Order: sequence, then C-alpha cells, then structure tokens
Amino acid sequence: MSANQAHAHAADSIAEHDHHGPPPGLLRWVFTTNHKDIGTLYLWFALIMFFVGGALALGIRAELFKPGLQLLDPHLFNQFTTMHALIMIFGAVMPAFVGFANWLVPMMIGAPDMALPRMNNWSFWILPFAFTLLLATFFMPGGAPAGGWTMYPPLVLQGGSNVAFLIFAVHMMGISSIMGAINVIVTILNMRAPGMTLLRMPLFVWSWLITAFLLIAAMPVLAGAVTMLLTDKFFGTSFFNAAGGGDPVMFQHIFWFFGHPEVYIMILPAFGIISQIIPTFSRKPLFGYESMVYATASIAFISFIVWAHHMFTVGMPLTGELFFMYTTMLIAVPTGVKVFNWMATMWRGSMTFETPMLWAIAFVVLFTIGGFSGLMLAITPVDFQYHDTYFVVAHFHYVLVTGAVFAIIAGAYYWLPKWTGHNYDETLGKWHFWLSTISVNVLFFPQHFLGLAGMPRRIPDYALQFADWNMVSSVGAFVFGFSQLLFVYIVVQTIRGGKKATDQVWEGAEGLEWTLASPAPYHTFEQPPSIKEDSAHPGTPLPAH
Amino acid sequence: MMKGIVSSAFAGRSAGAIGAAFALLSCRDAFAAWSDLNLPVGVTPLSRIVYDLHMLILWICVVIGIVVFGIMFISILRHRKSLGAKAAQFHHSTFAEIAWTAIPVVILVAMAIPSTQTLIEMEDTSRADMTVKVTGYQWKWKYEFIEDDLTIHSSLAPSSREAIYEDPSRVENYLLEVDNPIVFPTGKKVRLLLTADDVIHAWWVPAFGQKKDAIPGYINEIWVQVDEPGVYRGQCAELCGRDHGFMPIVVEAMPPEEYEAWVADRKAAQAEQKALAEREWEKPELMALGKDIHLTSCAACHQADGTGIEGAFPSIRASEIATGELRAHIDVVMQGRVGTAMRSFASQLDDVELAAVLTYQRNALGNATGDIVQPAMVSAVRDQMRRIEEGG
Repeated sequence: MSANQAHAHAADSIAEHDHHGPPPGLLRWVFTTNHKDIGTLYLWFALIMFFVGGALALGIRAELFKPGLQLLDPHLFNQFTTMHALIMIFGAVMPAFVGFANWLVPMMIGAPDMALPRMNNWSFWILPFAFTLLLATFFMPGGAPAGGWTMYPPLVLQGGSNVAFLIFAVHMMGISSIMGAINVIVTILNMRAPGMTLLRMPLFVWSWLITAFLLIAAMPVLAGAVTMLLTDKFFGTSFFNAAGGGDPVMFQHIFWFFGHPEVYIMILPAFGIISQIIPTFSRKPLFGYESMVYATASIAFISFIVWAHHMFTVGMPLTGELFFMYTTMLIAVPTGVKVFNWMATMWRGSMTFETPMLWAIAFVVLFTIGGFSGLMLAITPVDFQYHDTYFVVAHFHYVLVTGAVFAIIAGAYYWLPKWTGHNYDETLGKWHFWLSTISVNVLFFPQHFLGLAGMPRRIPDYALQFADWNMVSSVGAFVFGFSQLLFVYIVVQTIRGGKKATDQVWEGAEGLEWTLASPAPYHTFEQPPSIKEDSAHPGTPLPAH
Repeated sequence: MMKGIVSSAFAGRSAGAIGAAFALLSCRDAFAAWSDLNLPVGVTPLSRIVYDLHMLILWICVVIGIVVFGIMFISILRHRKSLGAKAAQFHHSTFAEIAWTAIPVVILVAMAIPSTQTLIEMEDTSRADMTVKVTGYQWKWKYEFIEDDLTIHSSLAPSSREAIYEDPSRVENYLLEVDNPIVFPTGKKVRLLLTADDVIHAWWVPAFGQKKDAIPGYINEIWVQVDEPGVYRGQCAELCGRDHGFMPIVVEAMPPEEYEAWVADRKAAQAEQKALAEREWEKPELMALGKDIHLTSCAACHQADGTGIEGAFPSIRASEIATGELRAHIDVVMQGRVGTAMRSFASQLDDVELAAVLTYQRNALGNATGDIVQPAMVSAVRDQMRRIEEGG
C-alpha cells in the first residue's frame, strides 16, 4: 500500500466515524489531539505567560524608575529578573512558536494533522504543570529562584527548596520541547503531500525543521547541566564546587552549549514567519529562497560553536577567546544574507502596509539593530567593556522583543483571519503597532547608553548618573506593557465576530493554507493535495488541481 | 591595509567628537554629557585602544545600517501599490548573492585584525611592576598588595548605605563610594590576580577598559596601567546575590611617591589596630563597633534588626546559635556553613571586629545573653583553626 493510499484510507475511516467537528465542552481541550486545537492552546498559554513575565518586567522597571529602593527588596528584585527571563523564554516565546508550528506546518505541507497527535497533546499539557511548579516558588519560604535564569553555581545553590522546583520545572519544559520537536520533524519528513519536495516547502516550515533539530540537540544538554546542579545541591556531589574538586566554569560551558542554540531556537521560526509575510505584502516572490534555506542551516550549525562568547570574561586562554570571536563574527554572514534577501524581496515590489507587514518591517529594522550590537559584542576586547552591562540587556531585548516577539505578533495578525474566519480591526491593529514600536524603542534604546556609560545589569539600584535614562526606559516599559492589552482586545474581538475573511485573505498570499476555507475547517487535507511547483514563486507551492 | 584601519579608527574618534558636540548643543543639560551616552575613553593605554575599536565597529555598523535601511525605505516610499507600482517578479540573482556574502566577509576580516592585536596585548600580563590579589566576597572586595604585604577590605560606604531607603539624590558618588579605597601608583603596570571566596563576582572599573570574573577556585589575571592621577570608580559586574548592586570599587591613582606614603600610612594604622586586639575591651565599645560591623557585614542577609528573611536567611534574633553556646556562635561566624550563603568571616574581619559583632549579636537584636566576647578569645580560636589546618 503506498503512502498515498494509506493517507486516503486514514481519511476515510475518520469520515466514517463522523468526527468532523470538535466535541463540545471543556474536555475538548484536555483530550484534544487536533493540531489546530493544540496550536490554539499553545498560543493562549504563551499569551498568558507573556503577561505574567511582562508584569514581572514592569515590577523591575518600576523599581528602577528612580535611584534608591522603593518597591522591591534586592532579594525579591533578583527573583523578578530571574523569573522574568525564565517565563519569557520557556513560557512565552518558545510555546508561541510551537503554537504556530502546530497550526501551520500541517496546513502548509498538505498533511491532515501532526504525525504524533497524542504525544502532541502531552507536549502541551506538561507546560501548565511545569509553570505551576515554577511560579509556586514565589510563595515558598525563601521565595523564587534569584540566581539569574542562567542558574550559575555557586550562586544558584544558595537558594532553598526553590532549586529543586526550578530544576524539575526545567526538566519538564525540556521534555515538552523535545517531544514537540520530534513531532515537527516526523511530520515534515513523513507527511508532506505528494509533490511537496523539501525545496518546495514554505520557508516557515524549513525554519521549524531546522529549529526542531536544534531543540533535540540542545535541550538534553540543559537537562544534564541542571541535573548536576541538583545532585550538587542535594546529594553532596561537587561537579561545580571548586572546594570539592569541581569547576564552576564548566557549568557555564555546558549551559551555553545549550544556551546559544536556544537563542536561535527563539529566532529561526521568527525568520520563517517574516519570510512568509514580506513576499505576501510585496506581491513578489521571496528573493533567494534557496539561499534563505542554506543561511538558516548555516546559522543553526554555527550556533553550536560560538557558545563561549557569553563568557568572554571568565578567563579563557587567548586562543579560546580568538576562536569564539571569529566564529561569532562569522554568524553575521548568513544573518546578513537573510536581511539582504528580505530587502531585495521588497525592492520593486508592489507594497501595501497592512498590520502584519508593519510588524514585519519593524522586525527587519529593529532585529538588524540587535544584530549590529551583537556584532559589537562579538569583538572580544571590547566585549570586556560591554559584558554584563545594560548594553547586553539592550542587545538581547532588541533581538528577542523586537525580534522574536514582533515576529510572533506579525504572524498572529497575518494568520488570525485564517484561524478565526474574521478580519481583525485594521485601525486598532495599526494603533497597536505604532504604540508598541515607539514605546519599545523608548524602553530599550536608552539601555545602550546606560550600558556604555557603565551601568551593570541585574542591579536593583544605581548611581545617580544613570537616573535620567532609567526613567525614560521605565516610561517606555509601561507604555509598551499596557499597549499589549490592546492586542488581547483585538484578538478577542476578532474571534467573536467581524468581517468575514476570504479564503485567500491577503491579495498576495500564496501557499496551501490560503487554499483552505476561512476559518480553516477542523480537519483539513484529509485527501492530500497534489503539488505542482510554481516556478515563478519558489517556496510557495500550489495545488495541482 | 593596517594603516587604513588605524586611521579610520582615528577618523571614528573625531567623528565621535563631532557627535558629542552635536549632543551638547541639541540636548538639555541632563542628557547633554557624551559620557552618559558612550563608552568612556578611559585612562589606561588599553582603554584607549578599546575605545577606538569600539568607535570603529560602531561606525561600520552605522554605515551598513544607513545603506540597508536606506534601500529599504526607498522601496517603502517608491514601490507601493498605492502609487501604482507593479511588482517585478525576479527572485534570484547569483551576482547579488555572491556580493553580499563576500563583502561582509571582507569587512569582518578588517574588523578581526585590529581586534586580534588588541586582545593579544590585553592578555599579556607579563613584566608587571607589582601584583595585587583581589578576592570577591558577598559583598565586599579584599585587596592584597603582594609586594607591600598590605591587605585592604573595601565595601560600600556608609553614606550610600544609609541613603538607599531614603533620598539618594544628594549623596555624593551614591553607590560608587567605599569605606576603604585602594591606591595604584600611576605609570606602573599593575597585575591583578582575581579570585572569589563564595560565588562568582566580576571586577570592573570602566575607565580601565578591563573586566574579568572573580571565580572561586580560579585565579584570573588582568593588567592595569593608570596614566592620569585621579579617582576611578566601578562595581561588581556579575550577579552575586542580594547585594550585587552594592559592592563598588574605588581606585585612586597617585604618583609612586604618594602611593608609597599611602602604603606606610595604612600599615601603621593596621599595626595600631592589631595592638588594640591585645587589650581588654569594655562592653559599650564592643557594642558600638559591633553594630557597625553587623550593618556592613551581616545585615544584607540577616537584616539590620536581625530577623533575617524566612526560608532564605535565618533570624539571629532569639536564634539557637546567637543565644546558645558561645563557641558554636564563634565557629559559625568564623568558619561559615557549607552549602549556604553563610561564609567564613575569619579572613574578612579582624579579631576586634569579630569580637565586637559577636558581642553585639548576643546582647542586641532582642538577645540578652550578657556574654562579652574579647578579641583574645577570637584570637585563640583563630590559632586553633590554623593548627587544625596545618595538622590536616
């Protein structure tokens, strides 16, 4: 029996049992194995965590509004910075991208669902429990983890019972991510519709395929590192304890061997989303499709050999510092190729500027600014000055907030009509965009100045010369934070009603998901479409019929 | 080629000066100073090279940014559907793709050459004129001037500490002032050996253009040669727990003769302090000194009133240790407690200070044991610890 027949057979048996709509009630969400339902769960979970992490960020910025301590004890401040990072990385950005993968990968490759639907359910449902464990530490004696999200020993081991909760929560997030990644890989490699060759896949699918491999390689390394922390703390081992023959710097090497690929886990899917949006609103095929694929793969590979640029100040030998400086600088090449390709895609297009396109353009500009500061940070002798200052804080918020988060919001506006069947309110969307884009720069751009002028990161109080820019930054933070409530309003309004969306939604949209009805039916591609190559539009396959 | 890079670095510097002038003209006073916006040029040979390198890379990024964003904005302005633009359908150009791969590689190599040279120079700590060993503690610094056999403990100045919960706006050098500043002789190559006793810290004075982690079990090296006399301030740059934001660094640079005088002065003061340890102390003296020590060395965790933070830092008030057997209390304070934030204070405080803080904690903070701890008792425990260490 060919794969095609099996496919059709499976679809028939589903039809026989008349499982066309979702079962009613709340249990639908608990037991669901439907990729669209699970995608929705991931996206809502990510949005909730975005607000939890954001509330912590506002606590931090409120304390930093002026010199002196007013609101938070320094110990609580450290808990806020630590938990803000953990929640935003593992609770908001990563689950949001998995949500996109769930919704879109099957619809983009012409598959009826993810390859491993029950595991898919489990991948998601681990997360609320992991974050309950993690957030519960706030209410324990001694409070939440306060040693930074990087969990460097020996400091992290000074925590009380929260150490165990932190480590088990990280383990659970890791299991969830690895299962999610396996599902994506199996789905993409096995369930593409006939004719959907690898180099006809939309770039979003490519970026997720590569991201999934990064996840499988990186997450177990983190699990190993934190397990060693666990035994150091509770079972008397000395992996990282210098007094027992261990090495605190080794933790940092292991952690960043995970941590740098993790950075790309959070940005490659964003590249994928942006590579879908820009051609649509430029009404022009993506420039350099194949070079985009190769650039993404190169970034993924290089991400494994640059880790120690996070630790230039630990005192590595000169040759080590030089090696990591050169490899880090090298990443600028494939990243530059991507930016140039987006630029060339827009060039001589026929552009319109609906909300998703605005977010995508802001992404390209602001992510590139984050890339520039990244290049500056790569230069080891100068990094000694930048390291652990607000310059670094500004850098990684430019790539993670105006990079990853902007791409997530761009993607949400772009596919919302396909998901809900309604067009969102374009005027409100633009308000959301301009409020966010202006305030996010007021928030993060002055942090470059603070860092260069000498303000270390992770401090609850600061010298008086840093007062002005901290105040500006805090004002930006509050405007940015509250602007995101507008996003929730827009999303809820779009779900509840609004103008009926067409199937193609956007005039220039191409790809299989836009051939489906809006909203996308509960089950799609039960009969696999057959794909022909659209030679004028690489990466935007069309059904042959 | 090298010449071109160096001269462009200097061009960057003068362009920076133009930018500074512009900033001065266009901003109101509070935002005016260029020093609030950019890396300090610094006062060491290394810091100046680092500054030039920073400006070179910054201007390269600015130029690339102007080109890339410029092209994008031209197409945003001109290639709009609303202006009747018809989309071209090209999606490939081998020439463009080779060009924008190769040109960045050339630019990166041009950046890598001066960076490599600077790094080699920075990492060369040989032929130093003197050596200072720096040890990070939660939350203070210990400096050992090896050749001069002088040890200085340096922590946040009381003027800053007292203002944290009040109004810091009138405190001079708020959070960047210490009780005991250290002195470097100008024009000498000072080698710093960095380590830590508890968690990882990082020693950073921006004007010196150097930063390095102080890690337990490691000895890291940097070198500093201050050319201009002055007072230079910095702080710990690696998250090290609750008071990470409150462990500043102050280095005064003086001509070598003044440095010698300072060393002699400090040594005389320390000899005097040592003589004090040999006499019998009265309770009020111990209590007064003990309160200061409690506030600078203990209160960050155990709090000023001794109640601690539940689950994280135990209470001293009515605690078994501070109200129970005296020897147990002395041992915990002097030796610390493995696996917790409580570290050994034997090397951080002298006999008088230890005696004072122990007396204070046993007779204040709600405790009233009536015990008076004399410096001689601490000294005896210290001898015992030394014998055990040597015997083991």
